[in-house]
Formats: sequence, structure tokens, C-alpha cells
Amino acid sequence: MAMVQPRTLRWRKLAAHLSLCGFLVLILFPLLLVISISFREGNFATGSLIPESFSLEHWSLALGIPWERADGSVVQPPFPVLLWLWNSIKVALVSSLLIVLLSTTSAYAFARMRFAGKGPILKGMLIFQMFPAVLSLVALYALFDRLGQFVGWLGINTHGALIVASLGAVALHIWTIKGYFESIDGSLEEAAMVDGASTWQAFRYILLPLSLPILMVVFILAFVMSIMEYPMASVLLVDEHKLTLAVGAQQYLADHNQRWGNFAAAAVLSGLPITVAFLICQRWIIGGLTAGA
Amino acid sequence: MYTTNASRGLPRHRSRYPAERYTRWALRGLVAALVLALLWLVLAFHLHGQPIFALLFLVLGAALGVVFSRRRLMSHRYIFPAVAGMALFVIFPLLYTIGISFSNYSSSNLLSEERVRSQLLSRTYQEESATFGFQLYSTDEGVRLHLEREGRPSESGGNVDEGEAEAEAALRGVTRFTTGPIPLEGEGPRHVQIHPAEGEPVGEPLAMREVIAYRAALQNLVLATPEGLELRMAGLRHFAPMLDRFEARDDGSLYDRRDDRLLIADRETGFFVTDEGERITPGWPVAVGLDNYARIFLDPDIRGPFIQIFVWTFAFAGLTVLFTLMVGFVLASLLQWDQLRGKALYRTLLILPYAVPAFISILIFKGMFNQHFGEINLILDALFGVRPGWFTDPWLARSMLLIVNTWLGYPYMLLLCMGLIQSIPKDLYEASAVDGGGPLTNLFQITLPLIIKPLTPLLIACFAFNFNNFVLIALLTGGNPDILGASTPAGTTDLLVSYTYRIAFQDAGQNFGLAAAIATLIFVLVAGLALLNLRLAKVRV
Repeated sequence: MAMVQPRTLRWRKLAAHLSLCGFLVLILFPLLLVISISFREGNFATGSLIPESFSLEHWSLALGIPWERADGSVVQPPFPVLLWLWNSIKVALVSSLLIVLLSTTSAYAFARMRFAGKGPILKGMLIFQMFPAVLSLVALYALFDRLGQFVGWLGINTHGALIVASLGAVALHIWTIKGYFESIDGSLEEAAMVDGASTWQAFRYILLPLSLPILMVVFILAFVMSIMEYPMASVLLVDEHKLTLAVGAQQYLADHNQRWGNFAAAAVLSGLPITVAFLICQRWIIGGLTAGA
Repeated sequence: MYTTNASRGLPRHRSRYPAERYTRWALRGLVAALVLALLWLVLAFHLHGQPIFALLFLVLGAALGVVFSRRRLMSHRYIFPAVAGMALFVIFPLLYTIGISFSNYSSSNLLSEERVRSQLLSRTYQEESATFGFQLYSTDEGVRLHLEREGRPSESGGNVDEGEAEAEAALRGVTRFTTGPIPLEGEGPRHVQIHPAEGEPVGEPLAMREVIAYRAALQNLVLATPEGLELRMAGLRHFAPMLDRFEARDDGSLYDRRDDRLLIADRETGFFVTDEGERITPGWPVAVGLDNYARIFLDPDIRGPFIQIFVWTFAFAGLTVLFTLMVGFVLASLLQWDQLRGKALYRTLLILPYAVPAFISILIFKGMFNQHFGEINLILDALFGVRPGWFTDPWLARSMLLIVNTWLGYPYMLLLCMGLIQSIPKDLYEASAVDGGGPLTNLFQITLPLIIKPLTPLLIACFAFNFNNFVLIALLTGGNPDILGASTPAGTTDLLVSYTYRIAFQDAGQNFGLAAAIATLIFVLVAGLALLNLRLAKVRV
């Protein structure tokens, strides 16, 4: 606590609160707006922030239930949103599990072992990781196109291809986990190995249980990244029922036929679980971000 | 920290525990199966004429075998899966992209030379000197086709071209053909045998109206004469013989029988060309050396837009870092203030934009900025009576991108700054207060100088990320509005990545070679940034 307090403190506090609240209003406006639009009648109808004409039409359509209007006409859901959400979650779950698996063993070796080429490999990984996948899409497309001729589940328009392609992006996670491993005192494992444990056993029974928190962080980070992945999915996936949410959602706002209301409901429906999960895990995610940076 | 030499870690002797023995054998079996699967892929790629991919999987399989069979490489077993994943999905595509940048790979030069050749050889044309009029006769089991020759053999004597002679030889002077009853249903081409007719058909032919109804099925028919000549529909009233258009010569050239000309494979441009220099599409990819790079720097229709996009990419990434840092830093300093209450709530609400999936919030903004129906223009219209065209005016589109990206990006900076400010010793602020320093003095004399150094590598990473921020551009503006007079699809809001993506995937030309050349240039830039980052962050491994 500061010993010297200026006299204008109260005014400053008030000003800080006011400016923060003003900023929050500005920042949260788009999010509140979308929630409001999702309950409003019509696509692109104008109205106030609190809906005047309340309607559950968009929500019904987003959940895949046909909606009967007051005049008796029945509106079919334009897109299979729930299927897209399920595709996204499926791909993200499998790929983040695999990423955690791969990066943990590698990080262990990088943190605890001496071997030829360790430094160059680590640095090289960081440099190559900065090269965005968008730029090598032609090559990736060619690779999966050819692979698909021999291995069916790895071809174009399969979720297998998308999952496998995400395994290239492990460098960042390896660095994060490696940093955490190095912060754990090695004498624990050393003691175990003196007692006759093998390297693998020391890793499996001593280090792994201790590093569960960071593994959770990496899992969540990989999951969020995979849910938001757009370019690769947009090229690798073709059929409407195979799309992930990130690729499918933009079809609502095509240039000539904007379904603003339907989009709003679908966006809230699919964005809310991710947002809530993020906010619940925020403490660990922030730790992971700064550890990896 | 201690390090271990893993090769000493695993005991050499047979393990006492059966479970461990079985696990080891299972692992060996798994590795062997993987190696075999990879070798099978190598063989498959090799047999299909894909030497590059065969080589890739050969290297991968060999590395797998070596790493998992030698005790000295015990440590490398742990990193092998991750390194192999990177090699397969990051490094190989990168090398392949660099390779493409020296070729003319594009949608018109897509297939291999053999495929082009076989595709040309399978082309057919209609020999018009021998057309048959046809009529349909209805029967119980379907319709019967009756063909009557209309065209006459050429009377110019010696000047009969090759195709005509072939058709005449196969027809042997027969002028009438007929088929058995055929049910005109189903899809896909169907082969039907026809035979010479003895006389005039009996019954009334179907009217034109009904022929038209059968048109789709008739177009799928391939009628074969006893001598093997194939006739196809050539208009609503005619069938005509289909002949192979090209004939392979021994020297590798193709002879065009319809137009009577010789096509020679030009391995400089990747096309078959005629004597007059006309190119026959499709072509195949060939190495063109530095042509793609030369085009970027020399062709004014490409160089102009490229430089414009290049400058905008730097401006966009730089300004984004600046704006997000400014907002994030100010907010972080406010939130670190001891006297302020409710900090936890503020923080949670302030990082909300970071928690919402980006592809959703970008699309929300796309709707909000809509010129006619968007909420932003409704408010602006009500307040000032203006409706800016956010998506049609280049400068407005650019500022919209910066506004949206600041909204998306400031929470990250806020989190980083908060973390770093916490590590500043509090007595510095005490001393400043004793000296009579106000909040602004604290901000600029103490906080900023102390956090800017650890922040620099993160700012560079952020710059590199936004330099390649494809998703924002693709979902919000798609690069529009377009640059006028550009010969490639180039937009005023395109970043280098989205420009590359459009050249490769969106234009009708799909110029993969040019796109790969730009991608290579971007890689050089980004790799430079990454090296700088390593240097500044003083990463030790």
C-alpha cells in the first residue's frame, strides 16, 4: 500500500470506473447485439437492442427444427448447424489428444536428455512453425489428394486428413511443455532411477503426474486452435455435411443472400459453449500463453 | 536441471516382468508394421509415377526404421513422432511449394505429360462426310432406331482425307442400319450393336416432339456397326461416326486428323503446339526457372498490385500491433491499480472478445458493417446522416479491418501487459510518489520502459501473426474492393497471404506457380522475423 496518497484520488477512481464502463459498453455492443438479433423476427430487420417483435424462429432453425410461421408456411433449417458443431468438436477432440500425446513425449526428451541435434531441431521447429499453413495449401492439397488414392480415410473431404494435418503444428506446444518440465526439479526422477527405474518409468510415474496442469493447458489451447482453424478446412473439406463450423458459418453471410437473423442464433448457439469453457479455464490458458511465449 | 543419456536408461537384459516383455515386443511389432505400411505407400506412389511422394515416404520409413532399431538413438525415439509430423505437414509442403514456384503449375498445366497425351488420344471428332438421319419406331419393348445414310462419299476422287477413308472402309457401302428394340432409360453411356437393315421399316416413326423427349437417353447411346465403327448423336436428326482425332507418331508428336496438322510437344512451355505456334490445352507442368519471380518484379500489371499489397500488409500488421498494444497497455495499467475495486469482473468482461471464437466475431462484424442493413450505419445515419460504404471504399474497408482487428487482438496484449506489470517492484512507484510523480509520469517513466524489453519478442510474434492473418481478411472483406487494372485477382485489402490464396484457389487461372513464388517470398520474410525473434528473446536450448 502506497504511503503517499494524492488528494484527488476519489476523482481519479471515479474517472477510471467511468472510462472502463464506457469502454466495456463499446466492446460488448457487438456481442449483445447478436444475442438480441437472434430473438428478433426476420433476417436483417432493423430494431432496437431490446427486441420489439420477439420470435424463436431463428433458434428453432439453428437447432434443426422446421419452423411454422403465423401464416402457415413452414421454413426449413437452411444449414445443418448442429452437425457442423459436432464435426468441429470431433476433429478438435481427436487432434488435440494426439497433439498432447506427441508433444509430451518430445518435450520430455528435449527437457531431460542430451542428444545430437537437439538445439538446431528446437530452433528450427520455432522458425518453421511461423510459416502459415495457408501458404503451403497447394502442396498439402496435393499430398492428401495422392494419399487418398491409397489410404481412403486420409483423402480430400475426410476428417482424417484434417486431423492428421493439424499434427504439424506441435512446435509451440512442445516449447510450452518443455518449459514446464524444466521448472520441475530433476532430482525426483534421478532418485527413482537410482532405485532402478528406467527412463520411461521415471517419466511415466514421476514426471507425468506432476505435470498434469500444463497438459490440460496444452489440450485446451490445441482444442481452441483446432475449433477456429479455417484455411485448411476450407480447402480440404468439400461436402456440406462434412464442413466444420468455422467453414460452414460463413455461408450464412454470403454476399447476395445474408441471413443475419439465422446466423445470429447459430453463432450464439455454437459460440457460447466455447466462450464459457474459455472463461472457466482462463486462469490456466493465460498461464499457458505466457509460458509458451 | 539434470540430463540423462537415455541409452543407458533401458536395461539391456530380458526383463523380469512378463508385462514389460510383451509391451516391448508389441512396440517392436508396431514399428515393423508401420515401416511395412510406409514401404507399401512408397511402392504405390512409385508405380503411379509420383517420384517425389515416393521419396518422401521412403525417407520417412527409413528414418523410422533407423531411429527405432538403434540403441544409440534411444532419445530420438521420443521426439521422432513430433518431428516426423512437422516434416510431413510443414517442411515437406514448404519445400514442395518452393519447388512449384519454379514451374508453371496451374489449372491449364495440371496433368503429367503422359496423362495429357492419353487425354488427347482419347478425343474424338465427328466425321461429317458420313452422317445418318435417324427415326424412332415405337415397339412394345422400347424403341427401335432406324438409320439412313445422308452424306455421300466425297466425289473429288484422290482428295479423300484419312478419316473419311476410314469411315468408308468400315461402312462398306451400307447405307441403312437398324437396331433391336432398346429401352431408353437409365443413365450413363450405353453401347448398342446395330446391323444393316434389309428394307424399309414398318410402322409410323415417332414425331419430333417425342424424339426430343428421348434426347437425353439418345445422347448417351453409342451405336457400333459390325465392323466396329462407332456412331453418336450429332444433332436432333443425325447420327455420325466418331473417329479418334489424334494419332500418335513414333517421334512423340501427334497428328491431328481432323485439321490435318502436326502437334509437337514443346517441353519449354508444357504444351503441344502446332506449326503456327497455337497451343493445345491442356498442358503439363514444366520447369520455368525464375520466370514467376521475374513476373512479380517486372510485369507492371503484377508488380503494381504486389507492391501495393506488400505495403498494406506491413502497415496492417504494424498498426494492429500498435493499436492493440496501446489499448491493452492502458487497460492493464488501470486494472493493476490497487485502489480500483471490481478488477476481477472488469478483467473477465474485457477478455470476452478473446474468448469468442474469431470466425464468429468476424462474421458478426461483417453483418454489423453492412452498408444498408448494418447496425453501425443505422446509428451513424441517425446521428450524422451518413452511410459509409465500408466494403466498397478502399480506405474505409482498411480502417474497418483495423477496428475489427483491434477489437479481436487487444485482450491478448492486455493479458501480456498485466503479467509483465505484476513483476515490476512496487517500491519504484513509492519512490515516484515521494518525488511527486503523477500517474502519467509513472506510466511513461516507469511502467512502459520496464515492460517494453520483455515485450519486444512477443510483439514481433504478434506482428508475424497479423502479417499472415488470413482468416480475418477471408471472412470479413475477402480482399475486396479489387485493385483496378491488375492482371491477377488482387484487392486493396488483401494481405500477401490472402493474395496468394486467391491466385492459387479462386481465380479461373489457378496459377499455382505464381502463388508459390509469392509464398516463398513471404516465407523468407517470416523466417527473418523468426530469427530476429530468437535473437531478441535470447532463447537458449
